[in-house]
Amino acid sequence: MFLNVSNFVEGVDKAFVFIFAICVFLLVGITAVMLYFIYRYNKKRNPKATQIHGSTSLELIWTIVPLIIVLVMFAYGWTGWKPMKEKAPDDAMQITAIGRMWSFGFEYPNGKYTDSLYVPQGKPVELDLVSEDVVHSFYIPAFRLKQDMVPGSDKDRMWFIANSPGSYDIFCAEYCGLRHSYMYSSVVVMPPDEFEQWYADTAAVQPETAGETEMSADAVAGLNILKKNGCNACHSMDGTRLVGPSYKGLMGKTETVMENGEEKQVEIDRDYIVRAIYHPDEQIVKGYQAGQMQSYEGKISEKEIDQIIEYFKTLQ
Amino acid sequence: MEPNYLEYKGKYKGIFAWIFSTDHKRIGLLYLYAVGAFFCVGALLGLLMKLELIAPDKTIMEAQVYNSVFTLHGITMIFLVVIPGLPAVFGNFLLPIMIGAKDVAFPKLNLLSWWVYVFGALLALSSQFMGSGPPDTGWTFYAPYSFQTQSNVLPAVMGAFVLGFSSILTGLNFIVTMHRMRAPGMGWFRMPLFPWTLYATAWIQLLATPIVGITLLMIVAERTLGIGFFDPAKGGDPILYQHLFWIYSHPAVYIMILPAMGAISEILPTFSKKPIFGYKALVFSSLAIALVGYFVWGHHMFTAGMSGTALYAFSFLTFLVAIPSAIKVFNWVSTLYKASIDMQTPFYWATSFIFVFMIGGFSGLVLGALATNVHVHDTAFVVAHFHFIVFGGVGYAFFGAIHYWFPKIWGRMYDVKWANFGWLTFFIGYLALYGPMFYLGLVGMPRRYFDYLPEYHGPNILSSLGAIVMIGGLAIIITNLIISSRRGETAKANPWGGSTLEWTVPSPPPLENFEEIPVVDKNPYEYK
Ligand code: HEC
Ligand SMILES: [Cu+2]
Ligand SMILES: [Cu+2]
Repeated sequence: MFLNVSNFVEGVDKAFVFIFAICVFLLVGITAVMLYFIYRYNKKRNPKATQIHGSTSLELIWTIVPLIIVLVMFAYGWTGWKPMKEKAPDDAMQITAIGRMWSFGFEYPNGKYTDSLYVPQGKPVELDLVSEDVVHSFYIPAFRLKQDMVPGSDKDRMWFIANSPGSYDIFCAEYCGLRHSYMYSSVVVMPPDEFEQWYADTAAVQPETAGETEMSADAVAGLNILKKNGCNACHSMDGTRLVGPSYKGLMGKTETVMENGEEKQVEIDRDYIVRAIYHPDEQIVKGYQAGQMQSYEGKISEKEIDQIIEYFKTLQ
Repeated sequence: MEPNYLEYKGKYKGIFAWIFSTDHKRIGLLYLYAVGAFFCVGALLGLLMKLELIAPDKTIMEAQVYNSVFTLHGITMIFLVVIPGLPAVFGNFLLPIMIGAKDVAFPKLNLLSWWVYVFGALLALSSQFMGSGPPDTGWTFYAPYSFQTQSNVLPAVMGAFVLGFSSILTGLNFIVTMHRMRAPGMGWFRMPLFPWTLYATAWIQLLATPIVGITLLMIVAERTLGIGFFDPAKGGDPILYQHLFWIYSHPAVYIMILPAMGAISEILPTFSKKPIFGYKALVFSSLAIALVGYFVWGHHMFTAGMSGTALYAFSFLTFLVAIPSAIKVFNWVSTLYKASIDMQTPFYWATSFIFVFMIGGFSGLVLGALATNVHVHDTAFVVAHFHFIVFGGVGYAFFGAIHYWFPKIWGRMYDVKWANFGWLTFFIGYLALYGPMFYLGLVGMPRRYFDYLPEYHGPNILSSLGAIVMIGGLAIIITNLIISSRRGETAKANPWGGSTLEWTVPSPPPLENFEEIPVVDKNPYEYK
């Protein structure tokens, strides 16, 4: 009866169907009775009201019966949910899911990194959910799964077995600032052998970068660093203004920045870029807000910044 | 005869005769005007959000503006409209009259509460116009975003803090009034049900509000001093914030809904011409809601990473708190059995209240069950659910109450045709606005979304059109009330044939309500 896209769908949807059925029945029933009373006991049809004060037996009935009903609902809710909270099977593939303003990223045990989540069909997968900044919530509607990504917490986990190949939405369900509604991705479920093939090919670290072959190895590495750290949620490559300025034409141009409340002109060179990435709030590009970009000191090495610069140079 | 409270001349003149008045009826109206104005602002903000969502991508505003709009909509509606709504407006106006007293226990404190309310409201709203842009945190101010964002969060948080005092003082005042000033002969179980719900509410105001006060101060400390209570980088815990916030804000839902239930329990017997069914059951269910309501806050955090034990304990308690509400619904419907129903506007509001409140309550069961909660938590489903409770519940009861007590307050009748037409338009628009959001949530659209994927377009169109119709209905209702309060036909003391004490005094009531304190020798809802 249920399309078991993930191993939890059946339990959850059973609870949905049960609760909805009872609720709709009661809603329709009570409303019908109410409407009938309003019609039947209108003062035209019933000029004299009967003075009734109540009935203890009725009170007992409509306390106890609903109590039983909600306890059964509670039980359905609990049984559908319990397996989600249980420990993932030992052979589950471990993937780290990273949430940050405003993108998701996924790191696989062999070092692969992607923007979309790729998983094998029929095999348990466990996600370690981490947030780099504020609270996000990792939500896969088709799998009926949701778990918050709380910064500083290493307990946030989620596991599932995906059953049908295809691509399903991932949303951020917890409000996390400006581009919260653009913080989405997808989970791609692949038949096991196809997945193995994809997974073994560590050279194409990013399926998305395939095709951009004219670039030097360093520039490709730089682009991957940008993707891996979610920079592109705020910066575009094509000149579009997002939360931060676009990378396009960045290298070599003169930028107007605000430093300690004063406006000044600076030449964009390597030092400037390092400073922009390690201490973003020291010099704020004019027309943009401070406090949006976090410091990546300790996360991105200077060598990696050189590779990023190589990539920037390709965007003239 | 003594002049009525509207015409009475004290030592102040003009507007000062109102804003310095300690008469509970004038204070009630002061609240009404303030709450009414803020409600219109909040409703228009809501309409703007719905217009933005009528199509994917940017429609009428930027994402940053949208985020501020939903934040301001939430803060205005929750802190400025719904929490003070029924208790401060109708509680002030009617509580003393309904229990046969000349005023509340501490009239000056009562006036102070209003001033504190206005001050808090202005402080909260000042965040819109000062500093680095309006706050964009949502009314929940979740950490750590609330102290990282550059927007102007502090005044909004301080405003909410100040508003808390107004709420606490009103609660205190009402508790003392009910304990000390009931008319001779009015034992606790002869007190009408609206005062009873105010009583239950007042205890929540008194006991729960300080917690949110402290929590809000903690955000202030966090933002200004960088202490790190909730900042993981400094060893703090963002989840702690959520606990502290919901320990107040869940019971706050009952601050909102209990007096609404009380108003419905007044309206139904009057137009049915028979006693309310199960008076004591209604009293005890109010107290039970107030009590159990303290222990269910965790259901706002089912996906936040609490332990499994905490989760099912909170889920279980949440189901328990549904029972007293169910009891109320059954008793209300049974009140209509063998009644002699006079179909008037307040009655339309009361019965449509029962309908939308049931939908709100049933969707609450979906949210209370763990498996289903995980799926719809933080989606449009939740938004629909709480609008069915807070707007469907409190809003419908408020409009029912204002039509019901309109003749008493202004001494005039409203225009029945326009009132009924306004109700119908509003009701249709309302269902079209919030109904589709249940569906959107079920198919996975998260809440607080400026933009959405194309697959969610259809229901959003219906919802936005519903919003337009509903606002049209509101405009009709409000215009009709304003015009009628000036030009309506003069009302009798007891136009509906009600049996509680407020219908024994002239409309509008004289300054001191009763020439002679009445002696109560019967239960509140007795008809011949
Ligand atoms: C949350 C949004 C956000 C993210 C994520 C982000 N930035 Fe930024 N970035 C900004 C904003 C806003 C500015 C402009 C204000 C400022 O100068 O700090 C900026 C400025 C910059 C600048 C200076 C641009 C100029 O025109 O002078 C560089 C370079 C930069 N970011 C690189 C990065 C890199 C590399 C990453 C990923 C490691 C990154 N950003 C991630 C928001 C972001
Ligand atoms: Cu997010
Ligand atoms: Cu988000």
